[in-house]
Amino acid sequence: MSRNITYREAINEALVQEMERDPSVVVLGEDNAGGAGAPGESDAWGGVLGVTKGLQPRFPDRVLDTPISESAFIGAAIGAATRGLRPVAELMFIDFMGVCLDQIFNQAAKFRYMFGGRAVTPVVIRTMYGAGLRAAAQHSQSLYPVFTSVPGLKVALPSSPYEAKGLLVQAIRDDDPVIFCEHKALYDTVGEVPAESYAIPFGEAQIVREGGDVTIVALGRMVSVAVEAADELAASGVRCEIVDPRTTSPLDEDTILESVEHTGRLVVVDEAGPRCGTAADIAALVAGKAFGALRAPVGTVTPPHTPVPFSPPLEDLYVPDATRVAAAVKSVLDWKA
Amino acid sequence: MDDRITPVTMPKWGLSMKTGRITDWLAAPGDEVAEGDGLAEIDTDKIAGTLEAPAGGVLRAIVAEAGGDAPVGCAVALLAPGDVPQEEIAAAVAEARELLARGQPAEPDGTGPATGAVDVAGRSLAYATEGDGPETVVLVHGFGGDKDSWLFVRTPLAARHTVYALDLPGHGDSVKDVGDGGLVVLADAVTGFLDVLGLDRVHLVGHSLGGAVAGAVAGQVPGRVRSLTLVAPAGYGPELDSGYLRGFAGARTRRELKPHLAKLFADGDRVTRQLVDDLLRYKRLDGVAEALAALVPTVEALDLARTPLDVPLRVVWGGADRVIPASNRRSLEGRAREVRVVEGAGHMVHMEAPGEVTQLIERAVTG
Amino acid sequence: MPDTLRTPRDPATGGLDAAALLDAYRTMRTIRVFEERLHDEFATGDIPGFVHLYAGEEASAAGVCGWLDDERDVIASTHRGHGHCIAKHVDVKAMMAEIYGRATGSCHGKGGSMHIADLSRGMLGANGIVGGGPPLVCGAALASKVRGDGGVAVAFFGDGGANQGTTLESLNLATVWHLPAVFIAENNGYAEATAAEWSVGGGSVAARAAAFGMPGTTVDGFDFFAVREAAGEAIERARTGGGPSLVEVRLTRYYGHFEGDQQTYRTTEVQRARAELDCLLRFRTRVTASGDLTAAQLDAVDEEVAALIEEAVTEAKAAPLPTAADLDTDVYVTY
Repeated sequence: MSRNITYREAINEALVQEMERDPSVVVLGEDNAGGAGAPGESDAWGGVLGVTKGLQPRFPDRVLDTPISESAFIGAAIGAATRGLRPVAELMFIDFMGVCLDQIFNQAAKFRYMFGGRAVTPVVIRTMYGAGLRAAAQHSQSLYPVFTSVPGLKVALPSSPYEAKGLLVQAIRDDDPVIFCEHKALYDTVGEVPAESYAIPFGEAQIVREGGDVTIVALGRMVSVAVEAADELAASGVRCEIVDPRTTSPLDEDTILESVEHTGRLVVVDEAGPRCGTAADIAALVAGKAFGALRAPVGTVTPPHTPVPFSPPLEDLYVPDATRVAAAVKSVLDWKA
Repeated sequence: MDDRITPVTMPKWGLSMKTGRITDWLAAPGDEVAEGDGLAEIDTDKIAGTLEAPAGGVLRAIVAEAGGDAPVGCAVALLAPGDVPQEEIAAAVAEARELLARGQPAEPDGTGPATGAVDVAGRSLAYATEGDGPETVVLVHGFGGDKDSWLFVRTPLAARHTVYALDLPGHGDSVKDVGDGGLVVLADAVTGFLDVLGLDRVHLVGHSLGGAVAGAVAGQVPGRVRSLTLVAPAGYGPELDSGYLRGFAGARTRRELKPHLAKLFADGDRVTRQLVDDLLRYKRLDGVAEALAALVPTVEALDLARTPLDVPLRVVWGGADRVIPASNRRSLEGRAREVRVVEGAGHMVHMEAPGEVTQLIERAVTG
Repeated sequence: MPDTLRTPRDPATGGLDAAALLDAYRTMRTIRVFEERLHDEFATGDIPGFVHLYAGEEASAAGVCGWLDDERDVIASTHRGHGHCIAKHVDVKAMMAEIYGRATGSCHGKGGSMHIADLSRGMLGANGIVGGGPPLVCGAALASKVRGDGGVAVAFFGDGGANQGTTLESLNLATVWHLPAVFIAENNGYAEATAAEWSVGGGSVAARAAAFGMPGTTVDGFDFFAVREAAGEAIERARTGGGPSLVEVRLTRYYGHFEGDQQTYRTTEVQRARAELDCLLRFRTRVTASGDLTAAQLDAVDEEVAALIEEAVTEAKAAPLPTAADLDTDVYVTY
């Protein structure tokens, strides 16, 4: 049975169902219940944006509030994972990776390799990313390329409520450390989601829409931006194929390459920056492995190489929108050698 | 509007369908058409199919041109006898086009399928029901299918009959636990379904594995089965593509699944992105992989060719069936009142030639 | 005062029987010979990379880990981790092979000296990052607390690690979550070449415990029995739901920060420590004086250990190196 629920509800439901299914799943993070030690409600917040609301009353021993101490509790989640728990730790904003990165990239990511394949670290780090909420430079970044570049980590970017639930279930069941990136502007989006539990395998892109003229690879919130652009372009007869990789690590190279071989043109839309980012990575992939299929240079639509600005008109200019995507598609289509 | 004018409306194929696009008209204004004739090809974001004439008559006007979208329930063409004056047709077209332009259906949409679930021995079985005619038709899908596999025959049948399409255990929205995966588990589920809904006299239709199940139900409770229609049934003959079964059951990704799905249809274009996605969404549900894995050996071991069937029997097969070839029909010839082979259709003959299958079921119902 | 070296209540042999005393001696002796042999072997150039030797600090690893069982108790170590590994029963030959970069090593040659681990023995790894272990130990302790299995997790860190934010955050988290965790600060006087007296603000690591609401104590790291007693109290407290503790163990490393360190920053302390304070000598004197063990029994252990280390080196040198096929395996469980 599918119902229409929000991205936030889909994530919450995945957590509830996995905690019910598996007693080794624990949830921890700053204000994940909210109100620990305070005189009022004990499930006051359910996470800063309410994603984990209701979990603590249901699983009082397995939902832990933490001090604002990311190194310690992200590291603790990782340590607990090596000892048989399946912790889902919340790094509130991906921007805060700077205060706990060592535990993620030097510890969790490397245990299995450093220890000769004898470590299993099934930790999930849920984290919010992305601009659009006027949250300024330290609460708005799309830093997942940093994690994507680290061997040993998996990185998921759900683009819809259906994707959010299925990818989070997979993340929790996965035996490798997973960075699960939730776009804060997607929390209130609604979509059809099965009530039953399901896991979407990592490393398989979804083809959001089929079309023969141009491939648009888009990630996370940029998928809906790409769809909006594709709708505009459809009116002028341009058929876009939209590929959502779902995970940047592992990356479904085959689906991207097959699509480009079919369309001959590629635009990558990413909210991460233009340097050493996903767009550059995918452009390089296609240039290296499908050069013969390309009928135009690869187009990329990313924010500029700047911090995320605060003032609304500036932030609106910063985030890629459908108009910019449509323009990039047109320029790829109009390109003449 | 002259009540002799019959609007041909955009059908609702599945609960989520809101609009459809007419990709091609198969008939032209002035053509004489019979009920069930294909009028247009329709594409939705979920499924592609043929719009069939709801009644016989002359196709007097096309309201929605090919390439256009129309909301479910909107008139897209008008049928009427030749003696209805052209002015009346023109007025009806103008009215219908205005509604179409406003994106509104001609009539409120209340005629779609209703869905529900029943508890059969502690196990939830989901179903869709449509129509309220005196005879009851129960549709049983095949391996990996669900109640919506019958979309194209369910709605036409519902015009005259009460139609139920259920989800077998392990499928659709039903319980995913299939026990040991034996045929009896599935047959008991269907019999239990009839019990709970108080369906005492039904016309059973089963496709593929659902055919074997329907046959087993007819064996369990012959007195409650007025007729049996087997659509490319499993188990009645020696041939079966195990590679398909195992491939479908084992596939986890689009890349793995798609080649297997191509075997289901004579026309490979039927395997749309949406069909693949919908099946993947089903296959990802907890318990489905286990259910399908448990059912594979059951399907492979079915041997029903000599099982007696003491009910009026009809059989239809796609001539281009690559999963269970139509040659298997030989074990049923002589026992069935009718064995029909539809050339140019594959294993999903009820999707590729729904008119033929609907008509066969109609003949089963009317005896 | 946590900064005052405590005196063991039982000055003799800690209530250990002869077998347990021999076991403790064997652990310390194995660590010593392992490290001294590495010192010699490193000089030949056969060992790749860096090694950080633990010689001199044996009483700490043995005194703490003697209370732990392999099944439910966990330790996290430092870049100076060989001693902790041996005390937590990681296979010595596999360790030696690992340090030689061999396919037969504890980590199949992919970790090396700084990353020896054996999770099956509750050894969560030596760690190349100073302060890397304490957060992990909070997690291991949390796992035991959630499961209610009575397990205890122990973080070893040095005077250098004591100044890392991760360590201080972990002390806080362990208190806030009331974890069955023990923090063992091995203060050997130097973080690399920088003196603890200069870098540890306030002068005492153990004194910091009070700020986090946990007991803190300082022990003489040359005295196996003193370490054992202090660690035992902390571990028992953790195991019985009393929460975390901090024990600062004062000791001296006999070699440089890493092999090749010319140690121009220090003077005569090592010679003095070796001659007057050495944990193995003190242990031998104590147990033979008490009559619990004879010199012959200890000598027999020395011979046994010498043979083991000799074999470990011989086998490590003869062991196969990893091949190209090993380069990209073991990154993920599935990918």
